[in-house]
Amino acid sequence: MGSRGWKAICVAGGVLVVATAIGFYIGGWATSGPASFTPASQSSRSVNLTIQTVAAIGPKLSPNPSWVSYLIRDNSNQWRRTTVWKLPAHALVHVTLYNFDGASGLRNPFLGAPQGLVGSERVDGKVLTAMPPDQPSHTFAVPELGILVPIAPVADDAKNPCDVAPCQLSSDHRTITFTFRTGKPGHYRWQCFVPCAAGWLYGFGGPMQSLGYMDGFVNVV
Amino acid sequence: MAAAAPSTRAARDPSHGRRLIGAWILLSVILTPIVVWLAGKVIPPGNKTHQASEQVFDNQWIVAVSTPVALLMIAFFLYTLIVFRARDGELRDGPPIRGDARIQITWIVITSAAVLTLAVFGTYELLQNGAGGGQGPDPVAVPSGSKLPVQVIGQQWEFTYRYPTYGGLETPHLVLPADRQIELHVTSLDAIHSFWAYELGVKADANPGVDNVAYVKLKSPTTFHIHCAELCGLWHGYMFDTGKVVSQSDFAAWIKQQQAQFQPVSQYLPRYARSYYPDPQRRAG
Repeated sequence: MGSRGWKAICVAGGVLVVATAIGFYIGGWATSGPASFTPASQSSRSVNLTIQTVAAIGPKLSPNPSWVSYLIRDNSNQWRRTTVWKLPAHALVHVTLYNFDGASGLRNPFLGAPQGLVGSERVDGKVLTAMPPDQPSHTFAVPELGILVPIAPVADDAKNPCDVAPCQLSSDHRTITFTFRTGKPGHYRWQCFVPCAAGWLYGFGGPMQSLGYMDGFVNVV
Repeated sequence: MAAAAPSTRAARDPSHGRRLIGAWILLSVILTPIVVWLAGKVIPPGNKTHQASEQVFDNQWIVAVSTPVALLMIAFFLYTLIVFRARDGELRDGPPIRGDARIQITWIVITSAAVLTLAVFGTYELLQNGAGGGQGPDPVAVPSGSKLPVQVIGQQWEFTYRYPTYGGLETPHLVLPADRQIELHVTSLDAIHSFWAYELGVKADANPGVDNVAYVKLKSPTTFHIHCAELCGLWHGYMFDTGKVVSQSDFAAWIKQQQAQFQPVSQYLPRYARSYYPDPQRRAG
């Protein structure tokens, strides 16, 4: 075989190696993503979710220990920092949310009204119709499903605040309960509307711009 | 010297220019109306509002002017490929190309005329009613007649809407009455967004602290899509909604229903203003 033949083989081999590497990279990128949580449902028509919101996620659950975050209780009663939830279609989702964080306030007061729920939002057992704009600690919102839940804060002078997640119910907290219907299958993002990211420009950087903290997906299947 | 030889085909045949111009004119006369007619069927953004229809008309004009230009390029390219290709056994270069003042002046005049025509035409169209674009806080092209003001508020990551003539009602969805002139006031509470109601022919940037006014004259009831057209963060790609144009009676009923639904939060809404400066948040950096 002449030198041209060897050159052609070398070029073809190089192209093949590079193409394979690119393929693996793209494949890995396309198939990887944040871990998803599927609750053990009581039935296909009804699901229970237990969530907590914390001011600082801490070093055990994140490489960004100071970031504000949502946590969800998994099927073995462990708190996980997973914000991608797989839920059945047309199901009622009963949510119990424990908030251990203080007030941050809304930029748009309109987002202080619960929307899109089945029944009422309750804060510590009392029905909430609207919250003053300086009060919300966070919101749980799924705009495509029309769902908005303002989350009441722990008082600034709380005697037993939770410093680092996961928080225990022995710490000062607020209990928010609500129910929503998932509707048709789809890939719906959820987010917090409160600019609650401490230390970031306008409170909307870091955990507000990263999946796994204050944003996620409701994957309805 | 072969390059200087006067016996080249191009030098022998002075009718190339006439042939090319003839072919171009023929192609333009035949194809331009066809292209304009076809474009009118599919060209965005459709005919759901007066502004959208005007944009379709404007785009047809642009197509009408640009089609002959494109055809000249194509005709010249094809003619050159066919006529001036090297024949078998032909090894010498073509003749050197010298400048031709007549061609240069003709080309400059034609292209300048085309660009100026479109500029004058575009300016005239823009000044009619703003062409659905944001005109800033002091609009120049204000359409006549009564207008329903609607405020569009961008925030990360959702648009909400206020209706100042209905007590400053704020809603999460945009519903508008048919056959009305709408005066949109687009602003933002945080980053720069862009309100793009594609089928309405409306696109206006939402800047914090700025009231960007755009006008749209609606036609009959329909639905339309709303997108944010300015990269604004994590959920920019999910910042969309579907709006509705409904009959006057349906609009009145919808307003009543929204007023009842959002009555509890209305007490916390700020007085309607052209833009808003939310208080600094406690934890914001």
